[in-house]
Formats: sequence, C-alpha cells, structure tokens
Amino acid sequence: MADLVKLTIDGKPVQAPPGTLVIDAAKTAGMEIPAFCYYEGLTLQAACRMCLVEVEKMPKLMTACTLPVAEGMVVRTETPEVAAARKYMLEFLLTNHPLDCPVCDKGGECELQDMTFRYGVGESRYTEEKVHTPEKQYSPVVFFDAPRCILCYRCVRICNEGLGVGALGVVYRGVGSEIAPNKGDHLECDECGACIDICPVGALTSGIYRYKTRPWEMTHVATICAHCADGCRTTLGTRNNQIIRGNNRDRSGVNGEFLCIKGRYAFDFYDHPERLQAPLMRVDGKLEEVSWARALEAVAQKFNGTLAAGGSFGVIGSNHTTNEENYYLQKFAREVLKTNNIDHHRTGDVAALLDALSGKEAALATAADLYQRKAILILGADLALEHPLLSFQARANYRHHQAHLYAVTPGPVREDKYSVVSIRVGGPAAKVGGDLGVIPGRDVGAVTTGPGAAPVGGPGVVPNPNAGAPSAPGPRWAPVTGPGIATGDPSGFCHPHNVEAGPGDYFAALEHLRERLKAEPELVIVFDDSFKGQDIKRLVEYADSLGIPVKYICLVDYSNSRGALDMALTPEFLPGYQPSGQPGMRVDEMLAAKLDVLWVVGANPCKAPGAGDRGPGFVVVQDMFLTETAKLADVVLPAACAYEKNGTVTNVTGEVQRLKCAVGAMGAKPDLEIMGFIAREMGVAAALGPWLPDLVLEEIRATVRGYDVPAPALAFGAAQTRPVNGRPSSETRPELVRSEHNGLFDSGTLGRYSRVLNSVLEKRLSR
Amino acid sequence: MTFSPQLEARFEKLLKSYPPGRQRSALVPMLLYAQDEVGSMTDELIDEVAQRVGVTPLQVNEVLSYYSMLHRKPMGKYHVQICTNISCLLNDGDKLWEHACKRLGIGNKEVTPDGQVSLEEVECMGACSWAPAIQVNYDFHHFITPEKLDQLLDSLTKKQ
Amino acid sequence: MLYNEPSPLETKVLSRRFGAPNSASIDTYLADQGYQAFRKAAGMKPEEIIEQVKISNLRGRGGAGFPTGMKWSFVPRTSPKPKYIVVNGDESEPGTCKDRVLIENDPHQLIEGVLIAGLAVDAHAGYVYIRGEYRYLIEVMEKAIGEAYAKGWLGKNIQGTGFDFDLYAHSGAGAYECGEESALLESLEGKRGIPRIRPPFPAVVGAFQCPTVLNNVETYCAVPAIIRDGGAAFAALGVPKAGGTKMTCLTGNINKPGVYELRLGFPVAQMIEEVGGGIPRGRRLKAMIPGGSSCPVLTAKECEGATMDYDSMSARKTMLGSGGVIVMDDQTCMVKALMRIIRFYAHESCGWCIPCREGTTWLRKILVRFHEGGGTRSDIDLIGDIGKNMLGRTFCPLGDAAAMPTISFVEKFREEFEDHLAGKPCPYEHADHGIEVLSLSR
Ligand SMILES: Cc1cc2nc3c(=O)[nH]c(=O)nc-3n(C[C@H](O)[C@H](O)[C@H](O)COP(=O)(O)O)c2cc1C
Ligand code: SF4
Ligand code: SF4
Ligand code: SF4
Ligand code: FES
Ligand code: FES
Repeated sequence: MADLVKLTIDGKPVQAPPGTLVIDAAKTAGMEIPAFCYYEGLTLQAACRMCLVEVEKMPKLMTACTLPVAEGMVVRTETPEVAAARKYMLEFLLTNHPLDCPVCDKGGECELQDMTFRYGVGESRYTEEKVHTPEKQYSPVVFFDAPRCILCYRCVRICNEGLGVGALGVVYRGVGSEIAPNKGDHLECDECGACIDICPVGALTSGIYRYKTRPWEMTHVATICAHCADGCRTTLGTRNNQIIRGNNRDRSGVNGEFLCIKGRYAFDFYDHPERLQAPLMRVDGKLEEVSWARALEAVAQKFNGTLAAGGSFGVIGSNHTTNEENYYLQKFAREVLKTNNIDHHRTGDVAALLDALSGKEAALATAADLYQRKAILILGADLALEHPLLSFQARANYRHHQAHLYAVTPGPVREDKYSVVSIRVGGPAAKVGGDLGVIPGRDVGAVTTGPGAAPVGGPGVVPNPNAGAPSAPGPRWAPVTGPGIATGDPSGFCHPHNVEAGPGDYFAALEHLRERLKAEPELVIVFDDSFKGQDIKRLVEYADSLGIPVKYICLVDYSNSRGALDMALTPEFLPGYQPSGQPGMRVDEMLAAKLDVLWVVGANPCKAPGAGDRGPGFVVVQDMFLTETAKLADVVLPAACAYEKNGTVTNVTGEVQRLKCAVGAMGAKPDLEIMGFIAREMGVAAALGPWLPDLVLEEIRATVRGYDVPAPALAFGAAQTRPVNGRPSSETRPELVRSEHNGLFDSGTLGRYSRVLNSVLEKRLSR
Repeated sequence: MTFSPQLEARFEKLLKSYPPGRQRSALVPMLLYAQDEVGSMTDELIDEVAQRVGVTPLQVNEVLSYYSMLHRKPMGKYHVQICTNISCLLNDGDKLWEHACKRLGIGNKEVTPDGQVSLEEVECMGACSWAPAIQVNYDFHHFITPEKLDQLLDSLTKKQ
Repeated sequence: MLYNEPSPLETKVLSRRFGAPNSASIDTYLADQGYQAFRKAAGMKPEEIIEQVKISNLRGRGGAGFPTGMKWSFVPRTSPKPKYIVVNGDESEPGTCKDRVLIENDPHQLIEGVLIAGLAVDAHAGYVYIRGEYRYLIEVMEKAIGEAYAKGWLGKNIQGTGFDFDLYAHSGAGAYECGEESALLESLEGKRGIPRIRPPFPAVVGAFQCPTVLNNVETYCAVPAIIRDGGAAFAALGVPKAGGTKMTCLTGNINKPGVYELRLGFPVAQMIEEVGGGIPRGRRLKAMIPGGSSCPVLTAKECEGATMDYDSMSARKTMLGSGGVIVMDDQTCMVKALMRIIRFYAHESCGWCIPCREGTTWLRKILVRFHEGGGTRSDIDLIGDIGKNMLGRTFCPLGDAAAMPTISFVEKFREEFEDHLAGKPCPYEHADHGIEVLSLSR
C-alpha cells in the first residue's frame, strides 16, 4: 500500500491503490456511481453507460467502470450533464422494456426499478410499438423473458467466467440482440441459477421461485447448504413456514455469492410428500405409525434391556447430522451403551492426512486459499461437478490472479481449459495416485488392471511385468498440457484448443509436472479418495520434496462428512482424533455381525441391494425418509432436516459454520432432540448433559482438540478448526474410505428426494 | 460432414493463416465460404465448424447471427441484393427495390417458389459512385434501372 | 477495371497505374518502380521510416484522420510479443467506394505499403480484412499475394533483406461495425464484431493481444509514394497539416459520379461542378455530406468556399471522413434521406451499448412514421434530442456516427420536417412530377 493514487471525487479527496477503477474508488469513499453492466470480479463491458462521470480535462463523459484512477484526477459524479446522461440512458432502456413490474418476480429488488426511481425521467417520450416476445423456459431451473432484458451481459459472464460453463451467449445484433442458451432452444448446464441471481432485472427467473411471492413478504435465514461438503452459506427466503428460495446475495459465508443448484434450489427435499411425520413401529411385522411417547419408550426399554443383558450394540452415524448431534451420539454410544462399535460412511481419509501432516503448521487449506494461493494441484476429482465451490474458487483465482492450475485426473475436467498442465490417467480414479508417480515403490501395474497398457516404469515406480505391451490401440492416458502460461483470460474458458497435446511420453509429462511444481512459490493440493492410508503419507513426502510450502485439502462428500470424522463417529478415534485404544466394529462388520441392537442415525447403510438381511437384532433408524434401511427397522424416528434445526457443521476444509433453523419440522424432531429424549427415557440424560445445540457446542469447544474456535467468528462466518494429529491405528482399513463422487445433480438420499435435481436428471435422460 | 475438395483446401489454408492456438480466427471466413457451398447455416454445419475451430456451437451461433451475410435459411440460386442506402436512394434505389419486389412477387429475404431467385434489401455495398447498384450473389451490377434489372433477371432465369 | 472516366483535375499518385493494362499484376507494378520503396525502406532505420511518414503529414484515410506516423510510433517496438499489420478494407461507410478501386486496380501498392509498415514497427505478419461482399477483391488480393510470394516480395528473407513477412487476406461477412478498428480485431479473431474497451489501443494490444498497426487501405497505399519521393513531396501535395491526395467518391445527385484522386484542399465547388460535372437535370445543390453518411450534413450555403480538407471541414463542424461525398439536389427530401441513413445505423449497431442500440432504433421508428406522415411537432425536437442524448455517450463512435447526421439534419432542415406534419404525405417525394418545391436550396 505504499503508493496510493490521490484524486478528487465530488470535491472529496480520495486515495486508492493504482489500477483501482474510479467506480470502486468512489464506492470505498462512500459515493455510489450507478451501474448495470459493471460487476465486481467479472470482466469489464462498458456497455450500459450508466456510470458516466465528468472528469476534468477529458473532452467527454467517461465510464467510471473502466477508468483507472490517476494522480490528481478530478471526477464529478453529480453534475447536470451526468444527471442528464443517466436519465436519458434510462429513457433509452425503458423504450423496449415491458414495464410489467407489478407481475415481475424481481419487483421490489429490481435494479432497474431502483435506478428509475432515483435517476429516471418522469414520463417516457417513447410512443412507438414495443417488441413483444413470449417468455421461454430454457431448463427446469431457468426461464427467460427477453423484453425485460437490459443486456448487461452479467449472466453471460457469470456463466462463462464464474462457472466456466459458457452456456449463455448473445445472438443477433443491434436491437435484436438477445441472450441465448447453448442448445438452441434450451440450456444444458450446471443449472446453478447464478445467472438468475445476478440478473439485475426480472429477465432471468427461476422455475422454483417464479410467481411464488414478492421479496418483501419473505423472512430470510442464513444457514448452510445441506448437500455437499463445501459448506456454502445459503440464505433461505421463507414465508408461512415454507422455504421459497435460496441465494447468498449478502456474500456472507465461505462461498461469497456462489451457490450451485443444490444450495440454491435443492432445499426442496424438505417438503417432499414422503417426509416422515410420525414415528413408525413394527407391529405384527409391519411398520405402523405410533406416538412419539410410545416409540421412545420402546427404544429406551430395548436399549436398557440389552444393556442389562450384556447384549451387543452397533451405532451408525451420518455425514449430514450436526457436530453436536455427532458428538452426542458418540458419547451416547461410548458412555451409555458402552460400545466402540460406532462408524459412518467415510468418504475421504482425513485421519491419514492429519497424521501425515503431524508437526506441520498451517498445512490445511481453506476455501479462501483456493482463491489466493499461487498454484493448485487437483488430483483425481472432477472438482467442478463434485465440489462446485472449490472449483469456482480455483477458477476465480485463475481469472483474477493468473493462478497456475494443474490437474491429474482420470477423465476430462473443466480445469483442463485453464490449467498449465493437465494429465489424463486412464481407468478408475483409484489409479491417480499410482500413475502420478508420487508414490515411490508402488506397483502401479497391479492397480491398473483392465484393457490397454498400464503405464509402468518412471520415477520410483516398480515396473509390473504383467502389465507389459499395449494390447489396445492408442494410449489409455493422454498427457495434455494447457497454454503453459496462465493468462487469466476468461474468453479462453470454452476453448478446447487451449489444451494442446503435450509431450508424448507419459512419464515425461509427470516429470515435467514435478519440475513445474518445484518452480511454484507455493501450492495447494486437492485430492480425493484415490489417495488414502499410506498413499497420503507418500503424497505428503512428494510434496515435501518439492521444497515449497504446500497446503492440502482432503476431499470428503457430504455437508458434515468432515465433522463426522472430527467428532469420532469411528471406532479408532475419540473426538479430536485421540486414539480410542479399544477395538470396535466398522460399518461393514456391524452389518455382518448379528448385533442385538443396531442404531442408525441419518444413514442408509442397507441401501445396496442384498444388504436387506439385517439379522435378528433390533434396529432403530432416525431419518427423514423411509430409506431402504428404515424399511428394515423396528422403530423409525422421523428426523428434522438441516433446514429445520440449529447446530454447526464442518466443511471439507475444516471450517465450522452454523446451521440456522429456517422452518419448523412437521412431526419430525432434530436428531439431537431425539437422542436426548431417548436418554431421558432411559434415565441416563444426566450423564450425557443437556441436548441443546449451543450447550453441546460449548462442550465440543472446550474438549475436542482443534475445535476451540473463537465463538464470535462462528456467530457470523466460518472458523477453521486447528489441524490435529490423526495417528491412525494399525487396524485402519483405508479400503472402507469410498467417495460417492456425486455430480452436480446427485446428492445421496437428499438428492433422491429433491424434485429439482430429479427434474434436471429426467430432462437429461429424455434428450 | 463432407465438403468439396476446394472447400476443404480453403479450410486448411484458413486454419493455417493464424498464429498457433488462434484457429478460431478462421471462423467468420469459414462460415461464409461454407455457406456458399452448403447454401445456409445448417445445424450440422454449425457443429462441424465449431468442432474444427475449437469452439462451442453456441459460440458459432453467436457469431453467425451477428453477420448479415450469414443466413440460417437457404436463399435462392440467384441472391439479388439491392442497395437502397443513401447514395443509391438518391439515384432511385428505393424504386428499384420496389420494382424488384413487384416483379418477383417476393419480399425481403424471400425466395421465389421455384427457388431460383431471392431478394434482399441491403445496406451500402461500396458501389456508391455507380449507383444504384445491386449484387447477384457476389457479382456487382452498376447503374441499374428497372429495365436493366428485368433484362438481368430474364437472362439469369433463362440461363439454367 | 475502371468504373468511371478519370478527370484531368485529379492528382494521380495512388491511382497513377489505374487504367493501365493489367494494372493489378505484379509485372505492371514492378515495371513502374514497384517495390522500390520497400527496398529503400529496408535500408532505412525504422525511426527514419516513421519520421518520413510523419513529415508527409499523412492522416488516416479511414475516417478519423489520425496522423499515421504518430500512430506507428506508439507501437512498442521492443515488446517481446509478435507485432501485426492489419489493413482495414471493410469499407462500409455509405458513400464510400474507394478502397475497392485501390485494391482492384493496384493490390501490390497496398502490399508494399504493408511491408513498409512492417519494417517500421518490426512486424512480420499482416492481415487484409476485406468486407465479405467484396468477394472478388479477396480473390484479387489472394492472387496478388500469391504473385508476391512467387516473386519473393513476401515470405522469408524478402529479396535478401533478411526481412520476413507473411500476408493473408481475411473475409468479413457483412457488418459495418467491423470497420471500427477494435471490432475489426474481434472479428478477425473469429468473434462478434463488438468493439473493445480502449485504452489499451491496438498499437499496444491489438490482434491476438499483440501490438498492431491498423490502418485503412488508402493509408497504406500512400506509403510507397511517401518513402519513394520523400515525406516532404507528399506533404506538399496537400495543405498544411494534411499531406497528399484523397481518394474522393462523388456520389448522389451528380453528373459524373466516380472515384477521383484529388489533392487535399481541393475546392468543393470545383469538385462538384468540374470534376463531377455538376448536378443533373439543371437542379441546384441543396446539401452535401462530405465524408460518408456519418458526417454532419452541409447546406449549399455552407459549401461555399469550402475545401476538401480536415481543417476546412472542421471549421464547418463536419468532417472530411472517408471521402464519400454525397451530393443532394434541391429536390431531395431531407427527412427521407435522414430516415434512410438512420435505418442503416439501426441495422448496423452492434447492440452492445444502450444508447446506440436503443437510440438508433427509436430514431428509425420515429423517422419512418414521420416520413409517412404520422409525425407530430414534438417529434422534431425529440429526434434532435435523441441524437444529442446519444452523442458522446456511446461505447464506440458508431453512436456518434448516427447522432451527428441526426442533429445536423434537424437543425439545418427543420422546415422540411415541419412540412411533413399534419398527416400530409411527403411533400418532396413526388417532386419530379411537377409539385412546387418549397424550401429550395437553403
Ligand atoms: C462505425 C465505424 C466504422 C468504420 N468503418 C471503417 C471502414 O470501413 N474502413 C476504415 O478504414 N475505417 C473505418 N473506421 C475507422 C477505423 O476505426 C479506424 O479509425 C481506421 O481504420 C484507422 O485507419 P486510418 O488511421 O488509416 O484511417 C470506422 C470507424 C467506425 C467507428
Ligand atoms: S444456471 Fe448456471 S450454468 Fe446454467 S446458464 Fe445459468 S449460470 Fe450458466
Ligand atoms: S438476462 Fe439479465 S443478466 Fe442477462 S443480460 Fe439480460 S438483464 Fe443482464
Ligand atoms: S455505439 Fe455501442 S451499440 Fe453502437 S456500435 Fe458502438 S458499441 Fe455497438
Ligand atoms: S457500469 Fe460502466 S458502462 Fe455499465
Ligand atoms: S449507397 Fe448503395 S452502394 Fe453505397
């Protein structure tokens, strides 16, 4: 901040770093210059001409959105000429606008309405005919009303630059110019709704929110998306105990304005007709609705009875329940049920990473790091589909800071278009680690079975004699390198030619990658479940050998997958990765063993066909829906969903954020409350402590290693947990770590009950 | 999609005319030359050209819909383009246009039922000093009167 | 081929080979000192080339009249990026048809000019962007480029000078806006012809993000003569501050329409009466647009004493523009003329920015209605107002190009607009059929 540029705006002295645009300098100084096409973070357009200002010594009005500050510059934003320019710009805009505000979704939060109110002409002098075109549906999510569009190109840019999708474009020219979708009459895209959200007027509207309500009739609750592990903040607009829409216009949370289809629209599982509203109990072999009292009593009796008889328990937790619920559940299991048979579906080997990083400070990256660090290496995952926020952050980093991206993945990924080096490893994701060559001594040939040549040899890789000569034509892997220099140019995003065939030798490509990485000043490595157990240790060794500071993100699948591990829904650990020191069963073992009681909280371990035989024991399931597992249960307790309760969740990068209750559950109860009631019914509540989320959180902050996060940070934003040593015990079984690799439109059980996700999938199938 | 050897040669030359990685530059001329052979911008053509220059079909669509010489609908075998812009107008280009519409019984960007002739009212074509001017396909005809237009149309439709 | 007889009043520098047999062939060109200026330039330092161009007072012939030598000096010669020469042969400004004859009759003169520009800024590749409608000219250009390669005037190590240069012809596909320099570059890169934000100017960030010299066809065509005979000789042909000749297109109501090479500073009256042979059918001059439809119109009175050069025109608050002279006789309906001009701009607006996109179409709608007799008195002010609200506020100069004729037509021919009121049909349309013309020669 050494050399600030000094200028004057409306007589007020202003200072700004060189390169700042006048529009931003003015904003910082508290003066708002109107703008439609200017949008922070997106490319400049200079199209709407709303931001025209007078600048001394310049012959005509200048666009503040493209004009960098200069020493001694004198800017005036409120002169009669500027006012006239704005006024008439609005007059021009309104010539073709239908002025149907009373029926427009955007009414009340429309930027055109606001501007017309502030700067506009009273009466239009336009008396010619207006062009009318009917509204079009571009996709299940996106509707477009062309006459309302003011052609600010925000939608085109957010889709191309922000999402890297490029599904919207401009066709025709002059007054005929129109926003068009990528497939002629419809869209095939991420369906993220970012274009709708960013549209300053009501030209793009969502199929979910359309005509449902007016903005001022809603209550807004900022909570965290219930789907993937990225943990985006989503602000739910509710009315009459219904969720009407989701967005994040206030940019709070780790995601700024970003949301994918799940965060913005797929809250709709919450009022699916199949939501369970009353407890079910097996009577004469059939599940029947019963009262809460009766169901809880039955569970408590069974639990107490089994305890008294010295019977066996198994507890399977969830990737979705809150930290408080997970903490309480494991405490319940360990202290009340006296069992270490507790587990959940693990989707990434966080424990192994934490162990491998032992003694390293600041080695875990946050979502913000992906936007700030100079280089990013993506291993395995198709980030844009599986972790939309992380992908968005990396893309923005490329655009804004020319960050260097590297991708080593089994299939083509969006990052190819702007990565410095992209390497394609054939076959399953599991091959990535082996093929990368980061794992010395690993027998890649053994992993890469299947047709075609398994690449063998190369640095530190023991050749496998069985994986010899190519049997299928052509290489299964295609090393490709990107432009080599990161230009940050978003116009290249949808330009496959940016990716040129690289050196023919696969291992030469890997060596090339290593050399390039060594030359980076710092690196963030993002890896998925193709790295687990000892592989992760080797990955860290590989990274250490680069001689640069490296941070890591171990990808996990669901909204609180990370919290489930941290809170020790595992037999190996106690909360905070303290070794448990006692043997306990894992999910598969619990299902196979004939346990007397199996308690499943928010999970569906019997989803796979054939997993149907649960044995003779007593099964209690807490869930929102009658899942495959719930169908096998003796007692099913209807659980509230993430939008119906308070608590905290920890995202993929270890950042803790608060869930806030947006709507009340009909008949269902939060899992924490259910567990508390069971404890009370059993007469053990005192031992477990109160089951209020805030009080459980206090206990977590006080006792769980890494979770002593500052409370104020939690109140409004996210706080990253401290990395702790994972120290996996010798019985760790990395093969149990398995990511579902959910795409944009899949999300486990929640996704199955989301109408919007299903409608997108159905549309895809029907085409 | 297959094209004539001449067009393929043209494409090849075009794709080699720009710096490496800038093959998209060939897009506008490629579309125009392709239209000359294919007749109009068909979906198939759009996909093919998109793939050859390495852009999405949407990007091709954005481009082709911008340029006035590129059409989604096929025009006649003889595409008669009449300029009515200012220098031609001052020399009765507008009357020439009306005459052509009446004589052919079609309007702007329409094709005669036999597919032989189409009409387009065009902007200045760079023949202002020899106005009024028309173009039939790519051939210029200068100082055109309604009579001369009739003769020209007669000879064109007789020729085939 | 020549489309009009030359005039003895012409000063034939760029057009001196016009009409010669096979004037477009490299042999004709070489036989008439062709490519000698390139040889001379190859022996000069780049700064010396640019200096001669500066001395010549050559100003851009594409319409804006920016001093060419100065433009070339903006190119960062030491930049590690490749540099490009781009020729603007989009020629779409109504009233303008001069680049066409320059390429058709003497393409090698253009190639030589481009080569010299390449020497001056250390560029080794160039593109001639030609509007799609000029397909036959693309063929002429490609043939000439082929000849030049064959005879070693293009390609590697040209004529042993160690200078490499590749030249390509590039076709547009119908868009006036692609004549605007930055929109042209977008089009050259295979995109919609939407202008770019400037700065940076093409000299610094142009084609393919590299430094680029972009000039009009005629501008490059003047360069060989400047190097051959020296900048001072070229400057002496014109007036102070603007050297040389201007290819002038006489169009509209004129007896001998055609493209004539006149020295800058040529008197307007003499141009119309003697070069152009006066106005047909014994009519009188009502108005003239000096440099393509974008320039403010001049009344007959304002034409008195005017000369065809930048200063004389700017003293009359108009522009020399591209050299497309549009002559309107005393029976021209000025409402109709403006309506047609505005139809053009509405059709050609790229649509990027609000004032041009909406303004041109609004104007078009009013003017069509107005000319058909559906106008009101307040429309007249509104037309002028819309023009003023566009002027200087659009993203690129196309908006100004539509605004300037609008404002000047309404200001200078207001009575004609008033004559159209009260639901009457255009009082001028049928002037030919004996109706008394009201506002003669104002
Ligand atoms: C709307 C518009 C259209 C233009 N069309 C042309 C054109 O067809 N040919 C041309 O040479 N310049 C045209 N220009 C001017 C160019 O932008 C540019 O100034 C010129 O090509 C530079 O060359 P010069 O300095 O040699 O004149 C146009 C400008 C505008 C704003
Ligand atoms: S919904 Fe998202 S991906 Fe689809 S067009 Fe809009 S911004 Fe692009
Ligand atoms: S649809 Fe909305 S965001 Fe897109 S260009 Fe139109 S007004 Fe702007
Ligand atoms: S003034 Fe605006 S809309 Fe008009 S051509 Fe220029 S950029 Fe396009
Ligand atoms: S905000 Fe500056 S032109 Fe749109
Ligand atoms: S005005 Fe008709 S060709 Fe120029």
